Amino acid sequence: MTALLKVEGLAKAYPGVVANDDVSFDIAEGEIHALLGENGAGKSTLVKMIYGLVRPDSGRMVLRGQPYTPAEPRAARAAGVAMVFQHFSLFDALNVAENVALGMENPPPMGHLAERIRAVSEAYGLPLSPERLVGDLSAGERQRVEIVRCLLQDPRLLIMDEPTSVLTPQEVEILFATLRTLAAEGTAILYISHKLEEIRRLCDRATILRRGRVVDSCNPREKSAAQLAEMMVGAKLSVPRRAASAPGEVMLEVAKLSLPSVNPFGTSLRGISFIVHRGEILGIGGVAGNGQDELLSALSGEAIASAGTIRLFGQPIGALGPGARRRIAVLSAPEERLGHAAAPDMSLTENALLTAAIRQGLAERGFLKWPAARAFAQKVIETFDVRTPGPGNVARSLSGGNLQKFVIGREVLQKPEVLVVNQPTWGVDAAAAASIRQALLDLAESGAAVVVISQDLDELMEISDRFAALNEGRLTPARPSRGLTLEEIGLMMGGAHDMEVPHAVG
Amino acid sequence: MDLSAINPVILTASLMVAATPILLAAIGELVVEKSGVLNLGVEGMMIAGAICGFAVAVETGSPALGFLAAALGGAGLALIFGFLTQVLMSNQVATGLALALFGLGLSALIGQRYQGVKPPATARLDLGPLSDIPVLGRVLFSHDPMVYVSLGLVAAVWAFLRVTRAGLILRAVGEGHDAAHALGYKVVRIRLMAIAFGGACAGLGGAYLSLIRVPQWTEGMTAGAGWIALAIVVFASWRAGRVLLGAYLFGGVAVLQLNLQAAGVPVPVEYLSMSPYLITIIVLVIMSSRRGRAAVAAPASLGRVFHASS
Amino acid sequence: MIWLEKRAAPSRFWTVVTPLLAVALTMLAGGVLFAALGKDPVAAIRTIFWDPLFNAQFASYSRPQLLVKAGPLILIATGLALGFRAGVWNIGAEGQYIVGALCGAGVGLAFYPLEAWYVFPLMVLAGGLGGWAWAMIPALLKTRFRTNEILVSLLLVYVAEQFLASMSLGLMRNPEGGGFPGSRNLQQYPSAANPELISGTGLHWGVVVAFVALIMAYILLHRHILGFQIRLAGQSPRAARFAGVNANRLVVFCLGVSGALAGLAGLFEVSGPAGQVNIDFNQGYGFTAIIVAFLGRLHPVGILFAGLLMALTYIGGELAQFMLQIPAAAIQAFQGMLLFFLLGVDVLTNYRVRIGIRETA
Repeated sequence: MTALLKVEGLAKAYPGVVANDDVSFDIAEGEIHALLGENGAGKSTLVKMIYGLVRPDSGRMVLRGQPYTPAEPRAARAAGVAMVFQHFSLFDALNVAENVALGMENPPPMGHLAERIRAVSEAYGLPLSPERLVGDLSAGERQRVEIVRCLLQDPRLLIMDEPTSVLTPQEVEILFATLRTLAAEGTAILYISHKLEEIRRLCDRATILRRGRVVDSCNPREKSAAQLAEMMVGAKLSVPRRAASAPGEVMLEVAKLSLPSVNPFGTSLRGISFIVHRGEILGIGGVAGNGQDELLSALSGEAIASAGTIRLFGQPIGALGPGARRRIAVLSAPEERLGHAAAPDMSLTENALLTAAIRQGLAERGFLKWPAARAFAQKVIETFDVRTPGPGNVARSLSGGNLQKFVIGREVLQKPEVLVVNQPTWGVDAAAAASIRQALLDLAESGAAVVVISQDLDELMEISDRFAALNEGRLTPARPSRGLTLEEIGLMMGGAHDMEVPHAVG
Repeated sequence: MDLSAINPVILTASLMVAATPILLAAIGELVVEKSGVLNLGVEGMMIAGAICGFAVAVETGSPALGFLAAALGGAGLALIFGFLTQVLMSNQVATGLALALFGLGLSALIGQRYQGVKPPATARLDLGPLSDIPVLGRVLFSHDPMVYVSLGLVAAVWAFLRVTRAGLILRAVGEGHDAAHALGYKVVRIRLMAIAFGGACAGLGGAYLSLIRVPQWTEGMTAGAGWIALAIVVFASWRAGRVLLGAYLFGGVAVLQLNLQAAGVPVPVEYLSMSPYLITIIVLVIMSSRRGRAAVAAPASLGRVFHASS
Repeated sequence: MIWLEKRAAPSRFWTVVTPLLAVALTMLAGGVLFAALGKDPVAAIRTIFWDPLFNAQFASYSRPQLLVKAGPLILIATGLALGFRAGVWNIGAEGQYIVGALCGAGVGLAFYPLEAWYVFPLMVLAGGLGGWAWAMIPALLKTRFRTNEILVSLLLVYVAEQFLASMSLGLMRNPEGGGFPGSRNLQQYPSAANPELISGTGLHWGVVVAFVALIMAYILLHRHILGFQIRLAGQSPRAARFAGVNANRLVVFCLGVSGALAGLAGLFEVSGPAGQVNIDFNQGYGFTAIIVAFLGRLHPVGILFAGLLMALTYIGGELAQFMLQIPAAAIQAFQGMLLFFLLGVDVLTNYRVRIGIRETA
């Protein structure tokens, strides 16, 4: 095999962090090459350099025998390098064709482009109608727009950044089929992920990054998931433990909860019903954008529902605001850490005050007790091993994992009866993720009812007692997590939304 | 009072004249806001344009050069705003207010020597037989060139946003600057161009006031026209065609209340004079109270600070 | 190549230093402006910033003026700063100032010529309520219909100005004024007058209230949960909602307080330094106070100094007009420039300036 892209000694440092250090690897034509590493290992910086968004401090790249130094994404695209982003580079208020045109160098006239979108998307089993507004599409469909945009430019190298986090298991299968078809046609694929099973199933080779350096490379099919995990993390991880126990009384009961979305591109909740017992963790899965944020808002009190749709010990609480719910120990931690769960430019002390003022008695007749607030923040920092110089530091100066530990710890230390969390370990390194999961398990064991909304199925299978899935604002009945197969989970999540297996070559 | 003195034909014709300054400023601001920038300094750029245009027209005797200078003056002032908000990443609301205050001060300073001076007249466009058509000729075909320039600009902006690739890129930058940046578009550069265009349009609008509509120079003569232009962009739900509608509606109100004043309607002059502002507020309320898609027609990145971190 | 890098946390050092830097830069640029006008820049800057305080000839007149001018600026800016902190943009303080003055003066004129202790307190009440009510219009439209408060509050300034004209020519016109526009002079009606409290200082009730408002604002912002909510809502609206902050209540509170304070400023002005309701009663304090609020970094202590500095430019500007024939408008441009520079150098608070080679962006 000839090397399509050779990367030699790439390095990139940001103030305070070395993102990449002496990274070398190569990709052959038609190869599906995995870039494996946990969050913060430097995968994103590396592909941004390949795509021309970031210029390396040193090192060089060779593409098809020619020196390759893309000054901007445009140059990368001209050289045949295309990228599907993790956080989509799409525009909600524009339609599919316009979004595709924006990613092309010389797009044909709109009418002609629409035809080509239809043709290519069908050839690869990714049906799309060019006139629809992107804001109205599901997460999986949005990803199709990105992929089709890339395919229309006949890329030699396709970079995919964590593509499966927004897909159901069935959709993942179809995506893999598409990628295999592309590889068979000679397109190289650089596949970035931290999901080990996927990489073992899909990829021909894997380059493993840890703290910005290449630590190993292997054929992932020859390794077990545990071996890959050890290469990736560099140490054995402790799997969360929990004691089996019989479920207690019903604490939280949600019945026929419906809420129209306030956001024009949001999802309305439709007749959601579930119960959570004392000592139980209910896992709620589903593909992004199927009502996760809206469900958390309804449970936290940010969105007010009709009183009887949410009950705590039989008492209606649906009409209570966030403050009133905290008073009765119904606490929550939203997905977005910066700007929702915490105020980025405020200190950790102030962020402790943000949700703990009522339960911790941090204010008296409206006047703030700063020493008490500082002490509470300090307690969260110590108990949850948050790495920061002190409670006076602002939230955005913390790494994702540390801030998440602070946010979860802030709620857990307030002794909730019910705790609702959304994406508790999203973008968090493996060690922090393990400790957050352990904290949630311990909380349930101590007698709280816990609802974990997550798009990480492995996480839900690991910690939840029962599992339900959100699909277009509806929730499936909950089923015991133990013994659920991947296929059953996929069907609960809505199966493959009108997708088909690729049948032809475009 | 004598309402019969109000001639509907002349009323309609003067409506177009009254609406033109605001139409020019609003169509410029529309482009700025479509690129995701909220420039509240329209009032300042308008009045700067009013004095630049006036001064140059008086000094050179050429209204055309005056309008050119007004456009340059407005764009120059807008680029101060652009530099502060796009390069130094200052708060757009605060910087826009600063621009409004600074423009008022600066124009008064330049305008010291031009109080009471009469500007050279702008010739009406001679459209020959078209102007002689009864009623229509008077209403549509006997204006100064700037009225037609403003209408042409509306059409051009409409077409630009709707069918051109550059217009698509501009809208994309306004909808999501991070995504546009990830695709390799120069967000700051595109926005600076939009800001300069908006400033030039506001400048033209101001000069139209001082050179044609009034025509003379007085301090603070824009009297809120820039703010009304901002309101009209909201009214128009960020669509070029509706900007035209909004500006002409407003022009109608302004002209009608002047006519009523002249006709001696038994309502104190002050209350008639405040009517355009009150009606603008009422229209704003009606537009903003609508729910659903139309209520959120604003570009998604409007007013947000962009910093390329990657 | 020069580029900007976001700081992990806003710099405390630059938070304090940037306003001073902005003042210095404005003096430089102002000097250039005056030179362009054909004036001696050094003399002009000295006349504006030094002579009102220390020139033996003028200081005795100018020094008291400092408090007279700073009083309303500080009072209005204190209220505005609360709103700006919360992301509530009341830029129509000028209108609330006018309406407050009209309401307060209206009460005083209605009692004329009764001499009683309660006349002035009632006027104060009416002034505050008038400003509050005028600010409630954008507040209620914002909370009920989500109408942009920036545009509504600003447009209402023009409406208020028309009211002012109507009142000074009609209802409130002095019947003994020989047909000239303008009301009776409240300074000559002891029960309604807001006199100089300590002779030769310029201190009047409005200045006292301004200082009280500053202290209250400080306590509110730094010691009270409502102040915390204001700061939270301004920085991170979604986190504020999560914390249980009622955004609508904040809008009503911030617009209400800033409107009431602006109304009070108007009342103290009309019953004190201005003396009467007249067409040209409003001098732009409501707009200049926006500059004061930002220059003071929306912080009560900063607003105190910024208010005094802006008052100085007003007085110095008048002096420069008189001594050097520098047009009054130059001061307005000067003030606008100050805000520009402040907003510009503010970048240093949140970003670090880097020089060297960087990646493309």
